[in-house]
Amino acid sequence: MTASGSTQTPLVELQHLTKHFSVKQGVFARGKGVVHAVEDVSLVVNKGETLGIVGESGCGKTTTARLMVKLLEATSGRILFEGEDITDLSRHRMRQLRQQMQIIFQDPYSSLNPRKTVGQIVGEPFVIHGTEKDIKSRVQELLARVGLNPEHYNRYPHEFSGGQRQRIGIARALALQPKLIVCDEPVSALDVSVQAQILNLLKSLQSEFDLTYVFISHDLSVIRQVSDRIAVMYLGRVVEMGESELLYEHPRHPYTAALLSAVPRAELDANGQKRTRIVLQGDVPSPVSPPSACVFHPRCPRAHAGTCDVETPGLTSFEGDHVAACHFPVERWPMSEAELRAGGTFADTTS
Amino acid sequence: MTAAPTTVGGVAPQTVTRSGFELFWLRFKEDRAALLGAGTIGVLIVIAIFGGPIASAVTGHPNTEQYQQIMQDSFGLPKGPTSAFWFGSDGEARDLFVRTMYGARTSLIVGVVASGIAVLIGLVVGMIAGFYRGIVDTILSRTGDVMLAMPQLLISIGIVAACSSNKNGCVIAGPIAIQPGLALVIAVIVIFSWPYIARLVRGFTLSIREKEFVEASRSLGASDTRIIFREILPNLSGPIIVYTTLLIPQSILFEAALSYLGLGVPPDTASWGGLLNDAQRYYDTAWWLMFFPGLFLVITTLAFNLLGDGLRDALDVRAER
Ligand SMILES: Nc1ncnc2c1ncn2[C@@H]1O[C@H](COP(=O)(O)OP(=O)(O)OP(=O)(O)O)[C@@H](O)[C@H]1O
Ligand code: SF4
Ligand SMILES: [Mg+2]
Repeated sequence: MTASGSTQTPLVELQHLTKHFSVKQGVFARGKGVVHAVEDVSLVVNKGETLGIVGESGCGKTTTARLMVKLLEATSGRILFEGEDITDLSRHRMRQLRQQMQIIFQDPYSSLNPRKTVGQIVGEPFVIHGTEKDIKSRVQELLARVGLNPEHYNRYPHEFSGGQRQRIGIARALALQPKLIVCDEPVSALDVSVQAQILNLLKSLQSEFDLTYVFISHDLSVIRQVSDRIAVMYLGRVVEMGESELLYEHPRHPYTAALLSAVPRAELDANGQKRTRIVLQGDVPSPVSPPSACVFHPRCPRAHAGTCDVETPGLTSFEGDHVAACHFPVERWPMSEAELRAGGTFADTTS
Repeated sequence: MTAAPTTVGGVAPQTVTRSGFELFWLRFKEDRAALLGAGTIGVLIVIAIFGGPIASAVTGHPNTEQYQQIMQDSFGLPKGPTSAFWFGSDGEARDLFVRTMYGARTSLIVGVVASGIAVLIGLVVGMIAGFYRGIVDTILSRTGDVMLAMPQLLISIGIVAACSSNKNGCVIAGPIAIQPGLALVIAVIVIFSWPYIARLVRGFTLSIREKEFVEASRSLGASDTRIIFREILPNLSGPIIVYTTLLIPQSILFEAALSYLGLGVPPDTASWGGLLNDAQRYYDTAWWLMFFPGLFLVITTLAFNLLGDGLRDALDVRAER
């Protein structure tokens, strides 16, 4: 999926977006903890492109997605849609705006109401917005377009396979002809063979309907297949962002480097370099008490004591709009774990 | 549209092509116990509607007619079943068969109406509490808890006694008065039944509201009302149907308990509970007074329980694939 044309107009802009959840801690709920689910995320999604968001489980991908389509209220920060600040829109205006942005969910089972027929599910957007007179034929068109039998209009979700259910979800998201579709791990729950079919469907719909996608996944190879640009998230922050190919060719952030080193890829071996897997120490820290300064420093092979745990790294720019939040970005790629470590000081002792 | 099937995503499922209802029916009709329950309830409903008048016509004994000459012995005690009085006579020398048939109407009305109202209130309160959570939930749930914490029978006795002491009932405010009779009994039952339903519905609502299809609906711009009635309510139908069928016999028994204490429907109106109440005066001499109304009460309770269990199994969403 390539961005249409060279003129890039932003469709969505997130500015210093932050979302905290307060959670009760302990049996007697005395202490109130704060989950830093999304912390100071700024990014731009350009019209017609696919922005991939990748990161481990719990890094805040879904929260970012829900903030973007206003299913959640941000704690702070702003969201712009086509230049308009939609952070605190009135209910009425927001209702209109909902036609422009849709979301496809990860779980093809819980995302469809088991008590409604496919016709009712896909027809719901028309009923809510009263935009269509002949709902049935519109729904059947949509079903046909996403590769389902239009005659299955009166069936219930449980009569369909996971892949078919995801198609129903796509038809529903497509109904109001939105500009933006946020796909929150749309293929994670599916078999690999079915994944490819759904990805192809999304691709062909994108060019046909001029869609802009935000595509969320924890699977780096899926993200690479679909994305024009990629944002890598860690503990609620975007740690690296840039054009897909550039980022895969030369990751700058040690976290991205570690993620990429874990993906089996032919290209790396073709370079004559031995692909080594960079194993990160420890577990992802709790988002309730994220580490100081660079949140990656307790696990980072390059971390410099006295710098990384004290000073929060700003974004360093590289080729194009490639940026990474790191004091000591990766100089070249591929790089072995030892070489990566050589750039650091205190992580050596842990191995 | 006559478009040819364009199923791309693999083969269309051949094995599962049934609607939710067909699936439910397939499973339900295999459940003998539930069918027996449903059949029995059908018969009971027919009895409730036509049983009383038919019994009167067949026996020639009106509901409240007293037959002291033939159906009371020299001590004024009721006589047992004969060929003309199939169930014997009650304490006032009335035909117990006719009274039992008429009693079906009262008991079923109390059971169905009280349960229906309780379920309706419980549904609304439970859905609002579960959907909006927070302070609304706290207020509604605590109110329900308070109702459940009260000694039901004691309060019922209090209310009914207070309101039955004179013909005008107890005046709440100006024209609003609670008068003794069927409506009062139903009201008392409802007061103590809705919190159970509300608690149940609240629990289901809390979990359903987190489902992604609710998010999907919201992201399409659906209003809260639409989400509550179109997304959440249909998913409550299973548990609600089941609990209603279980609540009905409970309500009938509640009415019986009130009647047993002499607080039920007015004495002339036959109800199974009322008949049982009369029976205690003659428990050592007239077994039929206890036996026949009791038998109907037990059968009814059993039938609704069987139906409820069957519905619960057949409506189980988790087994739907
Ligand atoms: N409603 C909530 N209340 C409290 N904490 C929450 C809530 N939603 C998310 N979180 C927390 O916020 C963090 C980010 O969650 P999020 O679902 O956005 O992660 P994710 O990247 O989508 O993960 P996954 O890959 O598992 O879907 C997690 O630690 C999660 O536990
Ligand atoms: S090198 Fe320092 S700043 Fe860069 S990711 Fe590692 S810990 Fe963070
Ligand atoms: Mg997620």
